[in-house]
Amino acid sequence: MSILVNKDTKLIVQGITGRDGKFHTGLMSKYGTNIVGGVSPGKEGETVEGIPVFNSVENAVKATGANTSIIFVPAAYAADAILEASEAGIQLVVAISEGVPVQDMIRITPILKQNGTLLIGPNCPGLITPGQSLVGILPAMIFKEGNIGFISRSGTLTYEVVNLLTLNDFGQTTCVGIGGDPVAGLYFIDLLERFENDPDTIAVVLIGEIGGDAEEQTAQFIHEKMTKPVVAFIAGQTAPPGKRMGHAGAIISSGSGTAEEKIAAFNRAGVPVAKEPAEIPELLRKKLAGLKK
Amino acid sequence: MKIHEYQARQIFRNYGIPVPDGILCYTVREVENAARELNCMTVVKAQVLTGGRGKSGGVKLARNVEEAVTAGKQILGMDIKGFTVEKVLVTKAADIEKEFYVGFTNDRNTKSVTLMASAEGGVEIEEVAKTNPEKIIKYPINPLTGLLDFQARNIAMQLFGNISHAQKAAAILTKLYKLYIETDATLAEINPLILTTDNEVLAIDGKMTFDDNALYRQPKILAMREPDAEELQEIAANEKGLSYIKLDGNIGCMVNGAGLAMATMDMIKLYGGSPANFLDIGGSSNPQKVIDAMNILLGDKNVKAVMINIFGGITRCDDVAKGLIKALEVLMTEIPIVVRLSGTNAAEGLALLKETGLPTVSSMSEAAQKAIELSKHK
Repeated sequence: MSILVNKDTKLIVQGITGRDGKFHTGLMSKYGTNIVGGVSPGKEGETVEGIPVFNSVENAVKATGANTSIIFVPAAYAADAILEASEAGIQLVVAISEGVPVQDMIRITPILKQNGTLLIGPNCPGLITPGQSLVGILPAMIFKEGNIGFISRSGTLTYEVVNLLTLNDFGQTTCVGIGGDPVAGLYFIDLLERFENDPDTIAVVLIGEIGGDAEEQTAQFIHEKMTKPVVAFIAGQTAPPGKRMGHAGAIISSGSGTAEEKIAAFNRAGVPVAKEPAEIPELLRKKLAGLKK
Repeated sequence: MKIHEYQARQIFRNYGIPVPDGILCYTVREVENAARELNCMTVVKAQVLTGGRGKSGGVKLARNVEEAVTAGKQILGMDIKGFTVEKVLVTKAADIEKEFYVGFTNDRNTKSVTLMASAEGGVEIEEVAKTNPEKIIKYPINPLTGLLDFQARNIAMQLFGNISHAQKAAAILTKLYKLYIETDATLAEINPLILTTDNEVLAIDGKMTFDDNALYRQPKILAMREPDAEELQEIAANEKGLSYIKLDGNIGCMVNGAGLAMATMDMIKLYGGSPANFLDIGGSSNPQKVIDAMNILLGDKNVKAVMINIFGGITRCDDVAKGLIKALEVLMTEIPIVVRLSGTNAAEGLALLKETGLPTVSSMSEAAQKAIELSKHK
């Protein structure tokens, strides 16, 4: 089992003829993801990596029965592309595009809700269910099938930690990069709920960072609702207030959103927080050993 | 992106929000002329891109021209939290009956623009939020309808308790929401919004920040940018596809990805060192980026050692290695460099670096410890 993507995922790529879209279509396809089509207005009839291109998501869905979409279009057009997928009945949209204006995301949120569309991102590396489906730009070689769920606000830090997990023989059910923007789709709690209900996931690793109060709320949720162990790491302990650390969402504003507050909240909820990524496998081992007693 | 109070007031004016008359001054002479022209009690206010101006003595009331001149002399050139005051705003002083707070911001939790309002105006709203959270009204706005007239009226009524005052305040709220949306703001606040002794409602102080991701479609806002030296450095780095923030430490870091870059800074701190910067070279593997990044790092005189931490995904480690070799040929530095390459094409990258004799390590913990050790030599 897994969450969100698996062998039944039928993926279309919006922006398939662009540089990034084309490149990652090749990598996802090579991994075994079932890519059924691509969208690029004006290019219907062409193929990319042997995959048929359509003028619209609607056409692609009609012809292929796609249920998931990944978006590589430039930031200025990303919100439109997300809505196009939603209106065409796509159930899960993964937006890789970086630099999408916050107002655009706020404007489309109620429509996604009304259509029942799940969104991951924008500004995210996507997700992977090892051995089944890669919907994103994550480097496939570091992942391994297993039973740890993984959620992260960051990209390369995800690779760093997943690599450590894999080296320590902790394979993964599904790894999700939720992205670093202040207003994004599925967040920690939405995904923890899914991991809690996934019979194959035995524990979750969660990578947070400074900014906002999602980690604090998540800690509360874990305390009240999670039976499976969670281990965390928070990036940005040395970040100065008022400076945006690369991600639009990673900023300490007016003293709130600091790493200290987030770590304290997790500790109160019984979630161990690693001092450095290398400590995560050890904390996970301890938590799981505790369960068996 | 931040703007000054005088610029926020200009935007407010353009949208019809009442603000007292004011004149921007760069010299004491200009302050004198402004006070004479306004010909009333004035307030002289430092224009710097930081909060806490009042507490630092950067806002002073002047009863006459002489007092305005004295205030101008004191404030112009003073230092507020590391910012030198280069200009002041001289405004008409208002007779305040009561002060309020109103503001709009993006709320991550409700994924909406949220109106915040409080009858506790004039003080820092973050303080009120911490000590008396019940005194702040938070109202998420449906993006499909915007702030509706009746909603604005009801919230204003909760603050003012008098329908005629509330109607004036509601008109201001509606305008503030409109300008918030139309300028892609991330914060638009009036603090204080005041009720005057003659029953007018006025915006006395304004603060606005904007979404950097939306500046491409906000040319008028972008034209208001007044970056300081540090921000100029950050903007220059951005134009090269790098994300750079200068810090106070002595270990320069070059990392791919914002999260990993933050974690790298944390590692350096954890092992007893101090990072000189945040630097994310982003996702592509263009060797030129590595050269540009090395230029920035070595341009910081505080840097005593450099830690390069790359986890290759889309970024290919051999490309980073090539860029680094080129950079070192051009830059010829004595500063010690530690390199950690992992992930895509790491073996190829490490093989290339072998010839340079740069120390390479396999984990980021090791890299941080090695960089700290090297920074202490000499």
